[in-house]
Amino acid sequence: MITEHFDYHSPSTLNEIFKLMEENDGAKILAGGHSLLPMMKIRFSDPAHLIDINGIDELKGITEVDGKIHIGAMTTENELINSDLLTQKVPIIVEAAKLIADPQVRNRGTIGGDIVHGDPGNDHPSIMMALDATFILADPNGERAVHANSFFLGTYWTELGENEILKEVQLPIPSENHGYSYTKFKRKTGDFATAATAVVLSLNGDVCSSINIVMTNVGPTAIKVEEAEALLIGKVIDDELINQAAQKAMEICNPIEDLRGNVAYKTHMAGEMTRKAIQTALSRATG
Amino acid sequence: MSTTDDNIERENELQGIGCSRKRKEDPRFIQGKGNYVDDIKLSGMLHAEIVRSPYAHARIVSIDKSEALALPGVHAVLTADDLKPLSLHWMPTLAGDVQAVLADEKVHFQMQEVAVVIADDRYIAADGAQLVHVEYEELPALVDPHKAMNSDAPILREDLVGKMDGAHSKRLHDNHIFTWDVGDKDSTDRAFDDADITVKEDMFYQRVHPCPIETCGCVADFDKINSKLTVNVTSQAPHIVRTVVSMLSGIPESKVRVISPDIGGGFGNKVPIYPGYVVAIVASIVLGRPVKWIESRIENLTTTGFARDYHMTGELAADKDGQIKGLRVNVLADHGAFDSCADPTKFPAGMFHICTGSYDIPNAYARVDGVYTNKAPGGVAYRCSFRVTEAVYVIERMMDVLAQKLNIDKAEIRLRNFVKPEQFPYNTALGANLDSGDYHTALNKVLDAVDYKGLLIEQQEKRANGELMGIGIVTFTEIVGAGPTKSCDILGVGMFDSAEIRIHPTGSAIARMGSITQGQGHQTTFAQIIATELGISSEDIQIEEGDTDTAPYGLGTYGSRTTPVAAAATALAARKIKAKASKIAAHLLEVSTDDLEWDIDRFKVRGVPGQEKTMKDIAFAAYNNLPEGMEPGLESIDYYDPPEFTYPFGAYLCVVDICKHTGETTVRRFYALDDCGTRINPMIIEGQIHGGLTEGFAVAMGQELSFDEKGNIQGNSLMDYFLPTMVETPHWETDYTVTPSPHHPLGAKGVAESPHVGSIPAFTAAVVDSFSHLGVTHMNMPHSAFNVWQKCNELGIDQHK
Amino acid sequence: MKKIAVSFKLNGQQVDTLVEPRELLIHTLREQLMQTGSHIGCETSHCGACTVDFNGDSVKSCTLLTVQAEGAEVLTVEGLAGDDGLHPVQEAFMEEHGLQCGFCTPGMLMRSYRFLQENPNPSEEEIRMEMSGNLCRCTGYQNIVKAVQYASNKLQTTKGDA
Repeated sequence: MITEHFDYHSPSTLNEIFKLMEENDGAKILAGGHSLLPMMKIRFSDPAHLIDINGIDELKGITEVDGKIHIGAMTTENELINSDLLTQKVPIIVEAAKLIADPQVRNRGTIGGDIVHGDPGNDHPSIMMALDATFILADPNGERAVHANSFFLGTYWTELGENEILKEVQLPIPSENHGYSYTKFKRKTGDFATAATAVVLSLNGDVCSSINIVMTNVGPTAIKVEEAEALLIGKVIDDELINQAAQKAMEICNPIEDLRGNVAYKTHMAGEMTRKAIQTALSRATG
Repeated sequence: MSTTDDNIERENELQGIGCSRKRKEDPRFIQGKGNYVDDIKLSGMLHAEIVRSPYAHARIVSIDKSEALALPGVHAVLTADDLKPLSLHWMPTLAGDVQAVLADEKVHFQMQEVAVVIADDRYIAADGAQLVHVEYEELPALVDPHKAMNSDAPILREDLVGKMDGAHSKRLHDNHIFTWDVGDKDSTDRAFDDADITVKEDMFYQRVHPCPIETCGCVADFDKINSKLTVNVTSQAPHIVRTVVSMLSGIPESKVRVISPDIGGGFGNKVPIYPGYVVAIVASIVLGRPVKWIESRIENLTTTGFARDYHMTGELAADKDGQIKGLRVNVLADHGAFDSCADPTKFPAGMFHICTGSYDIPNAYARVDGVYTNKAPGGVAYRCSFRVTEAVYVIERMMDVLAQKLNIDKAEIRLRNFVKPEQFPYNTALGANLDSGDYHTALNKVLDAVDYKGLLIEQQEKRANGELMGIGIVTFTEIVGAGPTKSCDILGVGMFDSAEIRIHPTGSAIARMGSITQGQGHQTTFAQIIATELGISSEDIQIEEGDTDTAPYGLGTYGSRTTPVAAAATALAARKIKAKASKIAAHLLEVSTDDLEWDIDRFKVRGVPGQEKTMKDIAFAAYNNLPEGMEPGLESIDYYDPPEFTYPFGAYLCVVDICKHTGETTVRRFYALDDCGTRINPMIIEGQIHGGLTEGFAVAMGQELSFDEKGNIQGNSLMDYFLPTMVETPHWETDYTVTPSPHHPLGAKGVAESPHVGSIPAFTAAVVDSFSHLGVTHMNMPHSAFNVWQKCNELGIDQHK
Repeated sequence: MKKIAVSFKLNGQQVDTLVEPRELLIHTLREQLMQTGSHIGCETSHCGACTVDFNGDSVKSCTLLTVQAEGAEVLTVEGLAGDDGLHPVQEAFMEEHGLQCGFCTPGMLMRSYRFLQENPNPSEEEIRMEMSGNLCRCTGYQNIVKAVQYASNKLQTTKGDA
C-alpha cells in the first residue's frame, strides 16, 4: 500500500521535462498515475524520481487542424468522452474510452499514458492503429512523427526513446459515413479485455473501400489483422467474408493464458470480437 | 378520533416490529462520522506491518532484523523467537487446532506471517518490513487435497506428527485432520442397494473469500499504569476475543476491554482471531504504547478466513416416481495449513447435516474428511451459517440431477419430496429438528409469480432455435441460530446470547446486547423489538453493542444467529420488565394485576375506560412510587439459551440466457421468496436479501481463489477477484411468506444468510439447465464466461455455421 | 526524506500540510487532517471507498499524491452537509436504505454528488454505469440506485423552486 521514497517534480513546460529527464536517471513520467501508482504501491516499480506532467498546457486539448484531429497526450479519458468534436467526427475514440476502467479512473487516466505504457491490455493502441494515427514524439532536439503501426514493439516496449515524451496524437478525420466499432469483452467493469477488436471502415456504395482491423490483448502488442483487411477491401462484405476475417484474426493472434482464459478461449474470443466489430461497423456505415 | 385511528397512531409512534422505519445508525455514516478501527488515533500510537513468506512451504533458515531495526522510526521487530518466552508463537484456533502466530521454523502457506515491524507510522513500517531479510529453504508444496493422504505426500504439520488423536476424531494420516460423519450408514447403504434408481455427481465448491470492503485490523492499547489492555478490533465476536486474549496473555478478563466499533462488513471474515491482532497486542504490552495493525486488501484475500473448498460427492436413491429413499454425501474438506475453521467446537463440519434440505428423506448418511494443504487456514466464512452453503448446494444440485435422470420437472420433483406442513416439527434423518415450514406454498407462489409454465414454453422454443436459456430452482432450508448450549459452544463457552435493558425515569431506554452489527441494522431492529414489547418509541431506545466493558456476554454475530438468539434474549428481557411494570401499574391504579390488559403502550384496567398507565408513567414511578417490598429501577437482563436452532427457508428461481459463442451468462430474472418467520423491519430484510443475492451472484459467477502447483495463490487482488459492480449486478425481485418459528419468543428465524445460501445453487441450476437438453448434469463454479464457453466448446456449439 | 509544503482547500477551508512526496492524499486527509470519512478498501484503485471531489471531478484519493493537490479544491463527505442541513444525496441514501455497514457510503455519496451535476436526470442504466467505480458488498446496489434517483428528483425539484 505504500510506495518507496522518490523525489517529485512538477514542471510546467516541455523543456523543463526534458531537463529533469536528463538530470535524473530512471525518472518516470507521472501522467494519470493509475497504472504507475498501483504498481509502485505494491513495490513492483520503484523509480527514484517522478515527473508529474499534469501541469503542462501544451499537452492538452482536442482540436481540428487542416483536416486532422490533434489530441494532446494528457487528454483524460473523460475529456475524450465529453468532446463534441470526437463524438461527431471520431466516435470510435469515445466508444473505446467509455470501456476503459471506471468513471473516477477516467478523470485521471490519459490517452497518452494508455498509449506509451506498453501494456498489451491498453485499449488506445488498437484504436490509434485503426485510425491510422501518428504519434508526435518530442525530445530536447525537436519532434518526430511515428505512425501508430510502427510504434508498438512488444510488451512494455515502444518506439518511445529514453529522452522522448509523447506530445500529441494526430489522425486523419474518418469519412463522414465511415463505420466503426470497438468491441471489447471483459469479465467485469474495469477489467482489461479478454479480447477486443477495433474496426474502422469506409464503404463505396456496398463495397468496402478501406478497412482497418486491430485487436487488443491477444498478443504482446495490439495486432493489425492485415490478412483479414486484404480479404475485405474491394468486396461487398457478407457473412462468409466476415467468417473468413474472423478466422484470420484467430490465426494471427498469440494470447497468453491467464485468469481471463486459456489460449483456446482467447483465440476464439479474438475471432468473436472481430466478427462482432465488423458487423457493427458495417451497420453503422452508410455508403 | 376513533379507537382504531388512535391505535394506528400509537402503533406508528412506536415504529416497532413490522415497521420499515429508517435506520437509526445512518446519520453518522452519511456524514462520514462512522468510527471504524482505522479511524482510531491514540496518542503515541505506533503502526505494525507484517513480514510475510513468499513461499507456500519452506523452512526458515534465518531471519535478519538488523537493517530493519536500524531504520529511524522502527521501534521493534518481533519474530517467533520473541513470542516463545510468552508461549505465544502458537495460539489455539476455534476448531481445536493450533495456528502459528509468527512462523516458527517453517512456513505453511504463501504470505504466512513471519515477523512484524512496529514503527512510528505506516510508511516507515512498510519500509521496515522490506528490510527484514528472511532466508528460506523451499519445500515441495501440497496443493491438491486429494493427494494429502498419499503415502508420499509432503508432511505439513511437523508439530502434529504421530499425534493421531485429533481434536474431533482419530487422524488417518499426518495430513488428515478429522473424520466426521452423521446418519445411519447401514440403512442408507441398504436404501441405495434396493432403490429403483440411483444418481451420483461430483461437485467442487470452490475456495472463495468474503472480502468485505473494510479489511481486518485492530488498535491494541496496553495501559501500563492501570495494567489494562484495550483492544479496538474488527471482530464479530468481541467477548470471545476478550476471553481468548485473557487466556493467552494471562491478563485477567476484568482488565481486558475489547471493543468492536463500527465494522465495515463482516460476512464471517471477522470471526477468527488473526495473528495480526495477537502481535499488535504483544507489541503494545512490550512497548507500552498503542499499536495499530491494518491489513491490506491483498493480505486480507490471501491470509484471512476463506470460505468453502469442499470437494463433494452427492448421491440420491429414489423410486421411479422420484420419491427419494436415500441420500449419501462424501466430502473432502481442504482446510489449508491450520484448522482455524470458525465452527462451534463439536461441529468440525458445521451444520452440514442440514444437507437433507427441505425434503422428507428416510435414510441419509454424510461423511466429511478434513485435510491440511499448503494454503491459508480456515474454511467457514462468507454468509454460510457454518457449511450450510455447502450442504444446500449438494442437495439442491442432486435434486436436479435426479430430476434430469428421471425426466421429471425440477419443480415437480421438489413438490413430491417436500416435508409437508403437517409433518412439522420434523426430525430429519440426520438429526435436524425443522421447527416450521410450508415449502409447497413458497414454491408455488414463486412459480406463479414468474409464470413458470410460460418460461418452460419459451425455453422449448429457444432450444429449437439453438439458443441457450436456463431456469434454476432452489428450495432451501437453512439451519441457523447456533445454538443450544448442550451442543453448541465456542472454546467451551456455550452459544447463548444476551440482552440488558434499562428504562430511565423519563421513559427512554438504553439496551445492550452480546451481538455486534456489521451493517445489519441492530441499532434499529433491536429498538423496534423493545418498542413493541414495552410501548416505548424505538426512537427513544438507545442500542449499544460491542464494548465488552458494558455489554453482557454474547457470542457475537455470524451464522444468522442474532435474531434467533440475541433478539430472543431481547424480547425476554423486555418481558421481564413488562412483568415488573404491570405490578407497578397495578399499584398505581390500585387494582390487581389480573385486572390489567396491555394495549400497545399502556396498561388499562379492563372494563374501566380512562384508567390506564403508559410505560412512561410507570418508568417514572419505578424510581419513586413502588409497591411495598419492590426494589426501585426498571431494568432486566436475559441470557437466552435457545432450545433449538431455527430453520428459515426459501424458494428462488433464476432465469439465464447464455451466449454459446462467448460463454457469457446474463441473469435475466431472479425471484427470491424468503420465509424468516416474523419480520422485524421489512426494509432491512429486503436490503439484506439484495446484499446476500449479490454476494451469491459473485460466488457463482466469478469468484475463485486458486493455486498453482507450488502453492502460489492466483487472483488475490481486486484486479481479478470478482466483486461485481453496479453494472454486472442483476435486478433482484423479492417476496416472502411468514411461517413463524414456534419456539422463538418473536416467531422470528433470521434471514441475512439465506439469500447467499440459496442463490448460489440457483445460479448453478440455471446455468446447468441451459445445457440439460444436451445431457449436461452439472458444471462447477465459477460460471465465468471462460468456464461456460469450455462447456459450449466441448459440446461443439460455440462455432458459427 | 525532505517534506514538501502543500496547501489546498478542503471543504471550503484552506489547509496547510507537510508531506513526503510519496504520501497519498487519502492518508493526508485521514491522518493529518483528521477527516476519516473517506475510507481505504483496497490498494489497486478498484473499490472507490476513497472517492473525493477534486477540482470538480470524482477521483480516487488513494491514487493521488498529496503533492498533486497543491492549490486544488477538495470536497469530502464531511463537507457535503450545509448550513441548512444534509445534502440531498445524504438524505436520499437514508430514505432509500442505500447503506448498511456504511463503509463504502462516503465514496458513493461523493460520486453521486458529482455525477448528478454531470447528469441531473439519469436513467437507471446511466446511474449504474457512472457509479461503477464504487463497490459495495452489503446492499446489492439496488437501493443505492433508488437513492440516486431520489436525490436526482429532489435536486431538480429544489432547483425548480429556487
